Amino acid sequence: MSDIAKAARGDLKLSHITKSYGDFTAVNDLSLVIPEGSFFALLGPSGCGKTTTLRMIAGLEEPTQGTISLGATDITDTKPYQRPINTVFQNYALFPHLTIFENIAFGLRRRGIKDVDDAVNKALDLVELPHLAQRKPTQLSGGQQQRIALARAIVNRPALLLLDEPLGALDLKLRRQMQIELKWIQKEVGITFVHVTHDQEEAMTMADTIAVMNEGQIEQMGSPADLYDNPETAFVANFLGQSNLIKGTVAGNDGANQIIDLFGQKISLQKDRSHAVDNSIYAGIRPEKFRISRLETATSGNILTGGKIEDVSYIGVSTQYQVLMPWGQELMVFEQNDDGVAPFSVGEPVNISWEPIFTFGLRGDEDAEAGTEVSPDEDLDEE
Amino acid sequence: MKKISTPYLLLIPGMGFLFTFFLLPLFNLAQTSTQTAVGGGDTGQYEQTFRFQNYVDAFVENKEQFGRSFLYATIATVLALAIAYPLAYAIAFKGGKLKNLMLVLVVAPFFTSFLLRTIAWKQILGEEGFVVPTLRNLHIISQSTTLTSSAFAVVAGMTYNFLPFMTLPLYASIDRIDPRTLEASGDLYANGFTTFRKVTLPLSMPGVVAGTLLTFIPAAGDYVNAAILGSPQTKMLGNVIESRYFKIVDYPTAAALSFTLMAAILVLVTIYVRKAGTEELV
Repeated sequence: MSDIAKAARGDLKLSHITKSYGDFTAVNDLSLVIPEGSFFALLGPSGCGKTTTLRMIAGLEEPTQGTISLGATDITDTKPYQRPINTVFQNYALFPHLTIFENIAFGLRRRGIKDVDDAVNKALDLVELPHLAQRKPTQLSGGQQQRIALARAIVNRPALLLLDEPLGALDLKLRRQMQIELKWIQKEVGITFVHVTHDQEEAMTMADTIAVMNEGQIEQMGSPADLYDNPETAFVANFLGQSNLIKGTVAGNDGANQIIDLFGQKISLQKDRSHAVDNSIYAGIRPEKFRISRLETATSGNILTGGKIEDVSYIGVSTQYQVLMPWGQELMVFEQNDDGVAPFSVGEPVNISWEPIFTFGLRGDEDAEAGTEVSPDEDLDEE
Repeated sequence: MKKISTPYLLLIPGMGFLFTFFLLPLFNLAQTSTQTAVGGGDTGQYEQTFRFQNYVDAFVENKEQFGRSFLYATIATVLALAIAYPLAYAIAFKGGKLKNLMLVLVVAPFFTSFLLRTIAWKQILGEEGFVVPTLRNLHIISQSTTLTSSAFAVVAGMTYNFLPFMTLPLYASIDRIDPRTLEASGDLYANGFTTFRKVTLPLSMPGVVAGTLLTFIPAAGDYVNAAILGSPQTKMLGNVIESRYFKIVDYPTAAALSFTLMAAILVLVTIYVRKAGTEELV
């Protein structure tokens, strides 16, 4: 069994995975296929079950129900050490009593490989830290430890590499740099990466495919552009970037478009971008898709009139406005500072407009605030 | 100027205490060890003659008890380690909310006097206790075998009495191990046994070294267990020193034996600590 499991290669398949702790269900009937060779991200707020899912793939937790298979091999009941899967742990979990060299060689030695020098040195070169081979983990900076943890996992050439919030402990600048590097390394080694994070920007920068998780289930899965441009739920619309969701009703059809009535003003929405199930709908527009115009300026596309500038924040590359609409809702508008037009001032009456193709439609019975709350403990471990 | 002198000022009480109650008596002991009896004087009257032969005589006369002290102490240390390691491991990793309660239970025996607990062992291992009849019924020991006044009883008593000194340092160092390093080991193809050998044990070595020292050193010099649970055939060096000092009033031999024991322990401990390779540890 163990040898078969160790040799397993191929797509990772989770079928109807459930994990419960007593009354609490961390992961609820989750099914997922991660294609071999892809960079996959599990994205969600803390407590959404993403780390539990990762730990079940690693074999560190046993699913209450469901099966996990790699290629044609069912690995659900195998121990972590029998799986061709390695993990980069959240706090790296390097062995403090071993040198960096021995840390990286650990997995190779356990598999009975005698001559480890070549492989370890190559792994050290890959993460650009060959000079640290004889140091102890405590003598390394956080960023260096992070790279060693990566080298320690990659050196085994696993079928699957799991990354549990690997960049969470690094400062912003280092994190950006490591995001680009991780992506490059994944291309270089061709191993399937499964990356768990609560940072939507990190997921979008690195992953080919993102699964957004919420309350133990997958809300939506797709490429970063898919998820951002055409979210299917309010949670995804709010968790990935920001969205303006305006309550409305479907008022009719116009070819490939639906006509939506938003508090008496009509706009259009492509039918294939509407996820509403009945006439009750939320029209969603990303803040940077809006254009603000003074009343006398001609505009095209979808237009909402009667706005009033409530707040202006100048942040360099763009200016962020809060625009109060006649029905009492404040809309977020991000304008690039590239047109030489003087910014609008507070109290100015304005219209806002956008290209109809940027509108997306969500079910009208959803909670428009879902996914907006930033939990104060978002940097803490799950569980 | 002031900043440099503060730590030294803080050292004064401790140093003063050590000097008065450790260094001076040690010097006094060294002096006594080379004295000889005053010719025609009273019992207990000795004069300094720098007779280093005292050491040779004392050692040759008590070789057997020397050997026994180290043998018993070694066995008791190994047994205590074998019992305390799983205990400390369980408390540290599986204790959960009961961790503190379990630690209290480990030190709970200290609330009873050391002497009383040792005497209690005499009863436990006595004819009326449940251990001996049970073992006899199971034919593990013959009908005529007794357990009191035996080497078994002495070693059992020592193991029991020093168990907390083994458990606490072990617990302290096992508790410091990040459980994620154990998960990482499993993730990197090590099974449970290999993980223990390659990660858990090396990371708990400071506790193993501290625990074995805290057990072995007092056990090697112990005389209470042998006095209460042993027989003349299980006499340890501590018993010899005690009787030389209090009964025979042979101060020089008692002092020479004390010094020899101290030196022997020091040498053994040095070799042990070197071998255990504590510099390899964090």
